[in-house]
Amino acid sequence: LSPAVCGTSRHLAPVLGYLGSRQKHSLPDLPYDYGALEPHINAQIMQLHHSKHHAAYVNNLNVTEEKYQEALAKGDVTAQIALQPALKFNGGGHINHSIFWTNLSPNGGGEPKGELLEAIKRDFGSFDKFKEKLTAASVGVQGSGWGWLGFNKERGHLQIAACPNQDPLQGTTGLIPLLGIDVWEHAYYLQYKNVRPDYLKAIWNVINWENVT
Amino acid sequence: MLSRAVCGTSRQLAPVLGYLGSRQKHSLPDLPYDYGALEPHINAQIMQLHHSKHHAAYVNNLNVTEEKYQEALAKAQIALQPALKFNGGGHINHSIFWTNLSPNGGGEPKGELLEAIKRDFGSFDKFKEKLTAASVGVQGSGWGWLGFNKERGHLQIAACPNQDPLQGTTGLIPLLGIDVWEHAYYLQYKNVRPDYLKAIWNVINWENVTERYMACKK
Repeated sequence: LSPAVCGTSRHLAPVLGYLGSRQKHSLPDLPYDYGALEPHINAQIMQLHHSKHHAAYVNNLNVTEEKYQEALAKGDVTAQIALQPALKFNGGGHINHSIFWTNLSPNGGGEPKGELLEAIKRDFGSFDKFKEKLTAASVGVQGSGWGWLGFNKERGHLQIAACPNQDPLQGTTGLIPLLGIDVWEHAYYLQYKNVRPDYLKAIWNVINWENVT
Repeated sequence: MLSRAVCGTSRQLAPVLGYLGSRQKHSLPDLPYDYGALEPHINAQIMQLHHSKHHAAYVNNLNVTEEKYQEALAKAQIALQPALKFNGGGHINHSIFWTNLSPNGGGEPKGELLEAIKRDFGSFDKFKEKLTAASVGVQGSGWGWLGFNKERGHLQIAACPNQDPLQGTTGLIPLLGIDVWEHAYYLQYKNVRPDYLKAIWNVINWENVTERYMACKK
């Protein structure tokens, strides 16, 4: 991923070794302890979510890229195309979760300030209306997926979107991801069970507006 | 509404027609066993939430959607299609699922179904591997299925995303479904979906799967 992408995905460019050979992606550290977001998102969820789910996307992404490299070297287009779903799923999973951990903070909550707040008011009417819209988009995902606040570079405005499964926002819609809400059941079930709306209510308490800004 | 001609599989899902032919609502089918009956393979907490919350929500939302659909003109009907597929599929799928499981389940099928499995997959173990792999491999929410291809007259394994119903989207007749939405196993198995798959084979109700298969072959 090119660092030109608003710097958002800079961490995800695999490190180029001395001879330019591709090195692997790695699981980013969580910027806080597993229990830091309690009582809004509990420690058990954070630990499984980061050390199992995100870790699996990273591992499987590396395996897939390895296979893709071989298929590319052989010019095997069929194999490349067959690998695309795994690339989108694991690559998207890695991108999405890497953004997500930075979007949350134990010191989060409240409202943004300055330019971001002005843009939210301009594009959604008010902060509360924006909050309602993103909540509704996230709650309304049928199956696994993410709710997003994104930036439409072409039109120069903020936009809310939902993506299925691990489809990455930018790769599939062109919107630049600012704030993501994971609504896969693994993101909340242990604590909120089937009541996804309660998870949404709680997560606003840990949104890291500095990062989103 | 599901036509009775569909191998009787979905017979229970036809909303009851009242005296004046007005459409009545779908309802949550009773679980054929207690919430704790499938322990230790699927725990009671999961079964209770899965049946009384998740399946119940699909039923309620399906009724609401069908109500709106009835009143809607063409343009709005198209807009309602996703809600119909999601909640209708959710109701269909879970209604089949509860009957596919039993506290007296497990082991292997017998007779014609076993013969068909051997014919179409090589052996029962190979079939079990294939359906397990298809179910574990669902990326996101969805279902693994053993279905019957009426056109070709053979069994087939398939996976469907979200609550997409097998028959409605592929034409295959559903015989055995494995729910791999995270709510179906997470409380007990966490991220380790393969462990849930290992366990569920202990509660598969082969009598029910056989019944469904025999109904298809007519």
